[in-house]
Amino acid sequence: MVSVGNVLFNGIAYGMLLFIISVGLSVTMGLMGFANLAHGAFAMLGGYVAATLMNQWGVPFLATLPIAFLAVAAASFLLERGLYQRLYRATELDQVLLTIGLVFMAVAGATYFWGPGQQPVQVPDYLSGGWTIGGVDIGAYRLFLIAVAAAVTVGLIFGIERTRFGAMIRASVDNPRMAQGCGINVNRVFSLTFMIGSGLAGLGGAIGINLIGLDPGFPIKYMVYFLIVVAVGGLGSIKGSLIAALVLGIADVGGKYYVPETGAFIIYAVMVSLLLWRPTGLFGRR
Amino acid sequence: MRALKSVAIGAVMSAMAAGGAWAADPVKIGLILPMSGPFASTGKQIDAAVKLYQQLNGTTVGGREIQLILKDDTGTAPETTKRLAQELVVKEKVSVLAGFGLTPLALAAAPISEQAKVPMIVMAAASSVITTKSPYIVRTAGTLPQSAATIADWAAKNGAKKMYSMVTDYGPGIDAETTFKKRFGEAGGTLAGEVRIPLKNPDYGPFIQRAKDSAPDALFAFVPSGEGASFMKEFNERGLGAAGVRLLVTGDVTDDDLLPAMGDAALGAVSAHYYSAAHPSPENQAYVEAFKKANNGMRPNFMSVGGWDGLHLVYEVLKKTGGKIDGPSFIEAAKGMSWTSPRGPMSIDPETRDVVQDIYIRKVERVNGELYNVEFDSVKAVKDPGKAG
Repeated sequence: MVSVGNVLFNGIAYGMLLFIISVGLSVTMGLMGFANLAHGAFAMLGGYVAATLMNQWGVPFLATLPIAFLAVAAASFLLERGLYQRLYRATELDQVLLTIGLVFMAVAGATYFWGPGQQPVQVPDYLSGGWTIGGVDIGAYRLFLIAVAAAVTVGLIFGIERTRFGAMIRASVDNPRMAQGCGINVNRVFSLTFMIGSGLAGLGGAIGINLIGLDPGFPIKYMVYFLIVVAVGGLGSIKGSLIAALVLGIADVGGKYYVPETGAFIIYAVMVSLLLWRPTGLFGRR
Repeated sequence: MRALKSVAIGAVMSAMAAGGAWAADPVKIGLILPMSGPFASTGKQIDAAVKLYQQLNGTTVGGREIQLILKDDTGTAPETTKRLAQELVVKEKVSVLAGFGLTPLALAAAPISEQAKVPMIVMAAASSVITTKSPYIVRTAGTLPQSAATIADWAAKNGAKKMYSMVTDYGPGIDAETTFKKRFGEAGGTLAGEVRIPLKNPDYGPFIQRAKDSAPDALFAFVPSGEGASFMKEFNERGLGAAGVRLLVTGDVTDDDLLPAMGDAALGAVSAHYYSAAHPSPENQAYVEAFKKANNGMRPNFMSVGGWDGLHLVYEVLKKTGGKIDGPSFIEAAKGMSWTSPRGPMSIDPETRDVVQDIYIRKVERVNGELYNVEFDSVKAVKDPGKAG
C-alpha cells in the first residue's frame, strides 16, 4: 500500500509539471488554431533564464520563476508579432514547418550559448529533502511543484471564467468577426493569450529543471509528452489538460514502478486507449 | 615539340614526387568527433586534448609532419560517421582514422578501417565489442566493463551482499549490467533486483523508488554521462543514502566535465574509472594545468585523455617504425606498447588491441571548493573483462 501512495504522490507531481508546461500549448492550439510545435522551446528558454539567473547572478530560486515567466512571455510576444501572426491563416503544414524550424534553431542556439550539457541548479535547502508520512515519501520540491500548479490552475480557470479579459478570449475564439464587431481587438487578445501560454511554459521549464533536467535537446525530448497531454485533454480545454496530465503522470510513474521493463510504453498505451474512446480528447469540442 | 615538352615536364615532376614523397609527405589523421549535438562535449574535450598534445610535442615526428583533419559527425548519425570515414580515406588519403564518440559510430566506421587497412584509434566509445570489428582497431579510451567489473569486485570486498543493478537500456548499459552481475555473483553477492531504464527517460524517480523499496546494501548504476546530475539528485531526494543504500557507479557518471555542476548531490558517490582530473601524479598535474590554461579553465575529463593517448600512440608508433604507418605495420608496432599517461600507466593488449590500464576507486569529495573524484584505491593493469568470456 505504501508504494501506491508513493506512486500517486510522484505521479501527481509529474503530471502537474506536464500540465504547467502544456496548458499554454493547449490554449494556443485550441483557441487560436495554431499548431505551435516550438512550445517546448519556450519552456526550455524559461529554464535557461532561471538557470542563468541563479548560477551567474545569484538570484534566489523563487525570484527566478516570475522572471522566467515574464522573459519568455516577452520573447514569445516578439515571435508572435514577427512570425506566427503571418501564418494564422496558413495551412497546418506551414505552421508545423515554421515551428519545427524554430525548434531546431532553439536547440542549436541553446547549445551555442549554454553548451550541450545539463544545466545545474541548486534549489534552496527548504525545497530539498522531504518527509515520510505514513510510509509515503513526500518530497519537498514535488510538494512545492504541486502547490504552484494548483495556484496556476485556479488562476487560469478564474481568469477565463470570471474576468472581463477571459470573456474577451472566449468571445474572440467563438466568433472572431462578431467579437471584432463588438469592439474587441481580437489580434491583441490573441497576442496576450499567446504570451500567457508561452510564459507558463517558461515557468514550467524553470520549475522543472530540478525534476526533468535541462539541456538543449529539451524541446525535442519532451515534445511528445506535451502533445500527448494536449491531444488527450482535448484542444483548448484547461480542465482537460489538467486531467490528462495527471492521468498520464500517474500512469507513467506507476508503469515504471510496477512494470519497469515495459513501463515507458504505458503512457502511449494510455493515450491510444483514451483517444479510441474519445477521439477529440477528454474534453475536446467538435 | 609541344608534346615532347609536356612529356618531359611530366617525367621530371613524377620523379620529384616519387623521390620527395617519403620524407616530405605529411601523415594525415582523420579525426571524427561529435563537435555539435548532444555529445559535443566529448568532441570538445578530445579536440582540445589533441591540440594540446601537438602544441606541447610539436607537429613533426620521424621526419613527417602530423596533420589533423577534424570532421563533425554530430554524434547521433552512424551513417554520417561512416561517410566521413570513407571520404577521409578515399579523398584525403588519411593514414589513420581516430576519434569516435559513441559505440554505434565506431561500429559504423569499423568496416572502412578493415577494408582499407587503415588503423582506427577509438578515443572515446566504450563498448567491449568494438575492437573485434576490424583487425586495425586500437582503443586508447577505456571499456565500460573495466569499470563495472572493478566496482563489482570492490563492492563485494567492502561488505555489499545484496545489490540493485540499474542501467540505461542501450549497448553500453547492457555491457555494464552483464559484467557487473557476473563479477558480483562470482564474488558471492546477490541481486535485490535489476532494471533497465529506457534511453528516453525524463524521470528517474520511480525506478529509484523501486530500488529503495527492495532495500539493497548498495545501488549499482550506469546512466549516459550527461544524465548523471538528474540521477544523483533523485537518489538524494529519495533519501536512499539516509536509508543506508550506498551509490556505486561507473566513472563516466561522475564525469569530471560535469561534476562541478552536479552540486552536493554527487558528494560521497563511489565510482570506478580510469581517469580522474584529481589523479595525483606529476604527469597529470602538468596535463591538467596545461589543459585548463589552453581551454579557458575547462577541466579535462576521461574523454580528453582518450584523445591525448590516442595521438601519443600515433607519435610513438611513428618513432618506432621510422615513419611507416600502413595498417599492418601500425598495429604490429602498437601491440604491447606501454607508456605513462596522465591517467597513470597504460598499455595496448597485444592480443585484443584494447587498452590495459589501472582502474581507480574514487569518491566524490570537495577539494579546494570544487568537486573532484578523489582516488583512494586501485586495481593494477585491468584488461577488458568483456572479452574474457
